[in-house]
Amino acid sequence: MPWRSSLPHTLAEKILLAHSDVDELRPGDVVTVRCDVVMANDVSGPVAFRAMERMGATRVFDPERVVMVADHFVPAKDARSAELQRRLETWSREQGVAFYGQGRGGIEHTLLCEEGWVTPGSVIAGGDSHTCTYGALGSFGTGLGSTDIASCLALGSFWQQVPETIAVELDGSPGEYVTGKDVILAVLAEIGVGGGTNAVLEFRGPGAEALSLDERLAVANMAVEAGAETGIFPADESVRQYLDGRARWEWRPERSDDGAELRQRLLAGRSVDPGTRAIVVPATQAIWREAAAEGLLDTFVEAGVMVSTPTCGACFGGSNGVLAAGETAVATTNRNFRGRMGSPEAQVYLANAWVAAAAAVAGELVHPREIA
Amino acid sequence: MRTDGTAVRVHGDDLDTDVMYPGAFLNIEDPAEMASHLFEGFDPSLRERLEGDTILVVDRNFGIGSSREHVLVAMKASGVRGIVGKSFARIFFRNCANLGLAAVRCPEAVDAARDRSRIAIDTAGTVEVDGRQFEAPPAPPFLLELGAAGGLVEWTAARLSR
Repeated sequence: MPWRSSLPHTLAEKILLAHSDVDELRPGDVVTVRCDVVMANDVSGPVAFRAMERMGATRVFDPERVVMVADHFVPAKDARSAELQRRLETWSREQGVAFYGQGRGGIEHTLLCEEGWVTPGSVIAGGDSHTCTYGALGSFGTGLGSTDIASCLALGSFWQQVPETIAVELDGSPGEYVTGKDVILAVLAEIGVGGGTNAVLEFRGPGAEALSLDERLAVANMAVEAGAETGIFPADESVRQYLDGRARWEWRPERSDDGAELRQRLLAGRSVDPGTRAIVVPATQAIWREAAAEGLLDTFVEAGVMVSTPTCGACFGGSNGVLAAGETAVATTNRNFRGRMGSPEAQVYLANAWVAAAAAVAGELVHPREIA
Repeated sequence: MRTDGTAVRVHGDDLDTDVMYPGAFLNIEDPAEMASHLFEGFDPSLRERLEGDTILVVDRNFGIGSSREHVLVAMKASGVRGIVGKSFARIFFRNCANLGLAAVRCPEAVDAARDRSRIAIDTAGTVEVDGRQFEAPPAPPFLLELGAAGGLVEWTAARLSR
């Protein structure tokens, strides 16, 4: 990636600089940023297609760089949802872009990583706020609304105010039953739901490098819960190994320069209870098959768990196991806004998979070691 | 971009787009029907107070969470012409700019406003509340250009026809 500036820059600034026509940029500047990939789903896509029509655009900027994923209301919960998915498919075929339909993909963000669309140093515009997940692989993934996506589909670029970078330094190593999910929940507890507004969270230090890619995905996924533009990990050897034979385009690793302006933050880092229901949602078809091959799905079902097909489902209150008034969920999902998973009178606790599994068995929130 | 209307005060910091427009209704495409679910997970009675040209007056970090534009489509279909807030979440603010809805950050104006105040917004940097003027941070030049075009649909259309 060539850049024109000789000033020290953060990783996010370097990526933006390499994807714009300006010679220099600073936080606060508004620049036009080129997209390497544009993604939308069965909720954001159809809205974007209509906006694109109103723009007078008939073709996408580059069919090789556009991906559509049906994942929110799959399997279709009603006729209207089925109609949205049909339109996503028809439009994708007409435009000649990649389309992952029902039974052929999974949850968009895990899927795009798995399918090699996400590479370090790339810019990905997604019609979903959790597009920040791609920062786990060192990409600038950013969530946009459907009109933004329509403009990206037409022009291959979007406007962006250059964000500040907040460095989240992770020291030490996680204890037993502690995962990346706990890291990001701890960061959110510290900086709050507005603590990352108009900023990028850059996760670094030995604690960040010690996280598995799965855990980094869980961390970057929730950067938006602090209001951040995106969350990003510098790509390392584990990313290179993961992308080997998978990446769709060439890439090279990059990290923040010494002396780049960063705001520093230090952080240390059986059977289902009869009164409880448990649902397991593998994120993609490939992960579902892996779990089946390992015998995990059978273990789950034997324990009384409902194993679902990949879907966003109950996470956003769409379908597939939403909550009634007065019910409480322990979820490994990413949002517990009031009413997010069904009734506004239901409660949602966000937790890692150990804690959720322990809660399923115990029927209440307990430390995983109590049932181990 | 300039607009004016009658204030409806919406209280609460960190109001998310899920409570403003719950996920179960994201498969609705008709703006008028979307409007019938606005604020459903938070305070449905707010809908009855949106009469004629409305300026929403909101607190800190308004619009966190999901990128769903359904919220703004429902607001526009309900007569919302602009929003004055103490601050906005990033994607929500982008969506306002893209959809041609004047959103201005001005904590002093929020404190001065009450229900049914007359409010005029100029995104170049002023908010008027019942005749009192307040300064707001001016939108960057690009956003003024976007506002003058009428929004990102119109702006992109102009780019494509050049």
